[in-house]
Amino acid sequence: MVKLIILAIDSMLISNIVLMRFLGICPYIGVSKKQETAAGMGFAVIFVMVMATLISFFIQKGILDPLNLGYLQTIVFILVIAALVQMLEVTMKKIAPALFDALGIYLPLITTNCTILGVAILTIQKNFNLVEALVFSFSTGIGYLIAIYIFAGIRERLEWSDIPKPFQGAAIGIITAGLLSLAFFGFTGLVKL
Amino acid sequence: MNVLKKLFNGIWTSNPVLILLLGFCPTLAVSTTLKDAIGMGFSALFVLVGSNLVISALRKFTPQKMRIPIFIIVIATFVTIVDLLLYAYFFPLHKSLGVFIPLIVVNCIVFGRAEAFASKNSIIDSLWDGIGMGLGFTLTISVLASIREILGNGTLLGIELFGKSYSPVIVAILPPGAFMTLGLMLAGMNKININMEAKRKAREKAEKEKSKQLKASVANG
Repeated sequence: MVKLIILAIDSMLISNIVLMRFLGICPYIGVSKKQETAAGMGFAVIFVMVMATLISFFIQKGILDPLNLGYLQTIVFILVIAALVQMLEVTMKKIAPALFDALGIYLPLITTNCTILGVAILTIQKNFNLVEALVFSFSTGIGYLIAIYIFAGIRERLEWSDIPKPFQGAAIGIITAGLLSLAFFGFTGLVKL
Repeated sequence: MNVLKKLFNGIWTSNPVLILLLGFCPTLAVSTTLKDAIGMGFSALFVLVGSNLVISALRKFTPQKMRIPIFIIVIATFVTIVDLLLYAYFFPLHKSLGVFIPLIVVNCIVFGRAEAFASKNSIIDSLWDGIGMGLGFTLTISVLASIREILGNGTLLGIELFGKSYSPVIVAILPPGAFMTLGLMLAGMNKININMEAKRKAREKAEKEKSKQLKASVANG
């Protein structure tokens, strides 16, 4: 149990997926102009990440490993994630229209979000069991939400500040992310995995 | 001439990282040492050229609605080839690139070129586009990695540059340093392009003025 809590804190804050592991930077920069959309994206990521990790976990352990097809991992996982996102979109529209209205527009963007594939592969590489995989994917998703929400808050303020012309747009965004990453560095040593 | 133009397009005019703002993840993550950066650059170059070639060759048989899954399979195939090749022949590099090799699949540069260029242009053009974009990516990541390795470690390609008295700026090889260095590179690129644009405009204006004067003198004369 303690191990699981440590794993959760580690993947949420210390090895934050965006600021420390550099995954999912494109949507991080792209969908962070407003706090509302950032939160929507964050929740969509959590949702898809947990689903994708679980399904790819079962595929790896149930199909690829017994048949010695480990080298097909990349192809199979990306196809599964692409199909999963499509399926989620359709089912959500039917079953939970309110949720679809909130997260729907972010779903297609998630296929190209490398956090999802990255976490699915990392789960296999780190040899997690099912419970650990669940905790890992969920808390990594929370970490993504925290990072993008704070970042969007800062960017909303940046809109009103006078930025030198060469720094406008992505440049100041990346530097801001750097400062945020420096802040997250403060969590290092909070717990030891 | 045309080929040079294409290469220049990939390396400078529409540099995939600094102008098109694609592929930040590997750029930031694998730029702690120049060696890793070059390895990553050439892996992506290989995948880009391969997927551009195949997608361009298949462009007449690809139904519009099915194109995205087809692109994904083609790209993932080349990524798997790179993954296995690196594992077999460059094991230390494979280990330090880690999860970022399979993640070339979702690298927006590769997908973006497939969608925006290879699916609409001839095989030869797509080949050069792939090479140009790949070189642009390799050069950008190499420059970033050189800056970070020199500042943060005092070495380049593992060779010590400043001797024992140099105290490294550790932050440069830590994650925050990656973001900040890339941010400054982006700003530098913008600055150069703004200056070039201003110069071009000034030149055009001068030329217009000249032709006006010429016309006036002709009319008067």
